[in-house]
Amino acid sequence: MVTLSSGLLVFLIALALYARAKPILAAKPLGELIFSSSWHPSKGEFGFYPFILGTLWVTALAMIISIPLSLLTAIYLAEYASARVRGVLKPLIDLLAGIPSVVYGLWGVLAVVPLIRDYLAPLMGRGLGFIPLFSAENLTGYSVLAGSIVLALMVFPIIISVTEEVFRSVPDGLREASLALGATKWQMVKHVVMRKSLPGIVAAIVLGFSRAFGETMAVLMVVGNVAMIPSSIFDPAYPLTALIANNYGEMMSIPLYGSALLGAGLILLLVVLSFNIVARIILRRVLGKGG
Amino acid sequence: MANPHISVHNLNVFYGDLHALKDLTVEIPERQITAIIGPSGCGKTTFLKSLNRLVELVDGTKISGKVLVHGLDIYHPNVDVTEIRKAIGLLSQRPHPLPMSIYDNVAFGPRLHGLKDREELDRIVEDHLRAAGLWDEVKDRLHAPASRLSAGQQQRLCLARGLAVEPKVLLGDEPTSALDPMSAQHIERRLLDLKENYTIVVVTHILRQARRLADYVIFLYLGELVEHGPASDFFNHPKEPRTRAYIRGEF
Amino acid sequence: MDKKKEEFIFQGLMITSALIVIGSLIFVLAVVVLKGLPALNLGMLTQTPKGGYYLGGEGGILNAITGSLCLAGGATLLALPLSLSIALFLQMYSGKSKFSEFTRLSLDVLWGVPSIVYGAFGFTIMVFLGVRASLLGGVMALTLLALPIMSRAMEEVISMVPPELKESAYALGATRLETAMSVVVRQSLPGILTAILLAFGRAIGDAASVLFTAGYTDSLPSSLFRPVASLPLAVFFQLATPFPEVQQRAYTSALVLTIIVLFISLGCRLIGGRFTAHVIR
Repeated sequence: MVTLSSGLLVFLIALALYARAKPILAAKPLGELIFSSSWHPSKGEFGFYPFILGTLWVTALAMIISIPLSLLTAIYLAEYASARVRGVLKPLIDLLAGIPSVVYGLWGVLAVVPLIRDYLAPLMGRGLGFIPLFSAENLTGYSVLAGSIVLALMVFPIIISVTEEVFRSVPDGLREASLALGATKWQMVKHVVMRKSLPGIVAAIVLGFSRAFGETMAVLMVVGNVAMIPSSIFDPAYPLTALIANNYGEMMSIPLYGSALLGAGLILLLVVLSFNIVARIILRRVLGKGG
Repeated sequence: MANPHISVHNLNVFYGDLHALKDLTVEIPERQITAIIGPSGCGKTTFLKSLNRLVELVDGTKISGKVLVHGLDIYHPNVDVTEIRKAIGLLSQRPHPLPMSIYDNVAFGPRLHGLKDREELDRIVEDHLRAAGLWDEVKDRLHAPASRLSAGQQQRLCLARGLAVEPKVLLGDEPTSALDPMSAQHIERRLLDLKENYTIVVVTHILRQARRLADYVIFLYLGELVEHGPASDFFNHPKEPRTRAYIRGEF
Repeated sequence: MDKKKEEFIFQGLMITSALIVIGSLIFVLAVVVLKGLPALNLGMLTQTPKGGYYLGGEGGILNAITGSLCLAGGATLLALPLSLSIALFLQMYSGKSKFSEFTRLSLDVLWGVPSIVYGAFGFTIMVFLGVRASLLGGVMALTLLALPIMSRAMEEVISMVPPELKESAYALGATRLETAMSVVVRQSLPGILTAILLAFGRAIGDAASVLFTAGYTDSLPSSLFRPVASLPLAVFFQLATPFPEVQQRAYTSALVLTIIVLFISLGCRLIGGRFTAHVIR
């Protein structure tokens, strides 16, 4: 009954998007769609490459920022913090998870973009500007970096809470056994707890990645929305999600446009889906969840 | 006793408000097997873990008193707790192989303390696997994951691992209770061999095991020291009425 | 000693990371409050945009506040019976079968679907059915969003009901349905309420799914088939104007939204404490 349909819901959605995306897939070869950089819907050109790369840049940088911070925080919460400290910190981290994406976007516009525009970009541009990655040609502050910082905040709670749960599933006896050999706490964590938790940590990161990959509003507000292939973290970008959100209005007027945008949606769905399935399966095995 | 290896003076352990160990004063002889006996929940494991300072890991634990190992108070604030734990090894109730190969399990301790030389490590691994009576069974698959061993083999591995850091004292927290009789026997035989070179303290709730292994016995009841003494005196001429009752199996 | 140094360094890194994470939360909240507070007054909360609002004229965000409440409320109401039946079904009737494992995995995966995909899907269906951007469309998309969140949370709570409790009911001759309603639900009531709040909080804050499906309007919600305003979109659109007065209102809208979400969070925590009159520990 109801349960059955909820299970099939995923497929339903994928199917629907596919149906709408079919026209464009029929009209253009897949290779051109993915690798072409020319995006001129009115002329019938739909190269998704800049948008795919935009998404990848922002997501990858967000992960680079958030993974070390999240893992270290999770270790602290699980292994070092006293019960009282944990009782204060955990609700705060859950709060991070509940803040709506527009609010993150607004904060990005009000705090992060100016920070980048007025301090980071000039500073790094002068010091490290010779490295293309850090070249600060774009002076508006609306950039890959801004998007990544905002996304990183949104991803923190996911990685932290899943990783912490995985750590807690490591039996105490194992911890005692290593401490009894004369290990310091950090040695115990490094060699035993983390090693045992590795698959779970990977799953947590995958879930975080998938969240960042699919985020729309917050990143749209700060990333610049310029359809170019970024070459520096200070360049603007145009992630797939922003593409869909910004242009849905014109979907109906230009032939194939709607189909193209929904095709982008399909890509998003498929990527997120596969990552989530893999991560969830790993977590089931690690945490021994029956339900 | 002449030269106790460990002297405990007025040891009190509190878990929050729970007074788990009440003013314990007792000595543990060198190079003998001392059995700590008593009914479940009477503080045996708490006492054992206060000897290698694992008891302080639980949130809210308070410890007072002195535990002198060859005259050195292990609870002194200047003492490096990891050195203490290196010198006093622990064999837990359930085997806890570390998530790595058999070789790496045994080498874990020495590597922790800075040993890198490959030949030296090989020698240590072999020596201690032999001492634990596991060498012949695993010598051809040293790099297989330790998780693939049977429970009895895993416990012997944990024994080898504990010996590899060259402790002076070996603690056992009901080391055979999770094993089948054959493996249990195996471990007991190893302990009897090892007492030549190590001081061994074993917690057990099986009286017969205490009779088989112990040279010295400590009887704890509800966190208090009831009676202690050389094994033959203890079992044949118990002084306390509670001791007599326990030996007779009344609780 | 080397290992002591390592321990010290990493402990320092850990605490720094935790501080950065918490610090960023505080930073975000601080900015929202500081920027939003100036224009927060009764007028803002009780009026709808009047003429010239977007050019700096009079009015408030009542349209968005009520719109959001209707959208999230509608979605939560729709999702509630569905989620409850799914959760009960999984826990009490189907147990560990392959089917229920598959459904659980599906729900977990649905939980991670980006909200814009729900929006796009909803839009597709709406076009197919000939429905225009409206309250109904928004509610449908948000229900899709809310469903996995609610079911997952409910199932987790229901799974914590001790089996002995269910057994005692069965032993008295109760059917599974009777046990479900009178025992299990009562026992898990706090958790179920928390699940509902959780889903509501998520739904009210989401922008991407209502972007296509609910449209936007300056008037209060009047019919299921008319477009409706929402707080997240209010923030977005007001921010996009070149007028500082209107941008200020965007900040305030964000503050209102954040306050609502914070209240819901608080509510969840408090419920953990109350409503436990019938709950057996």
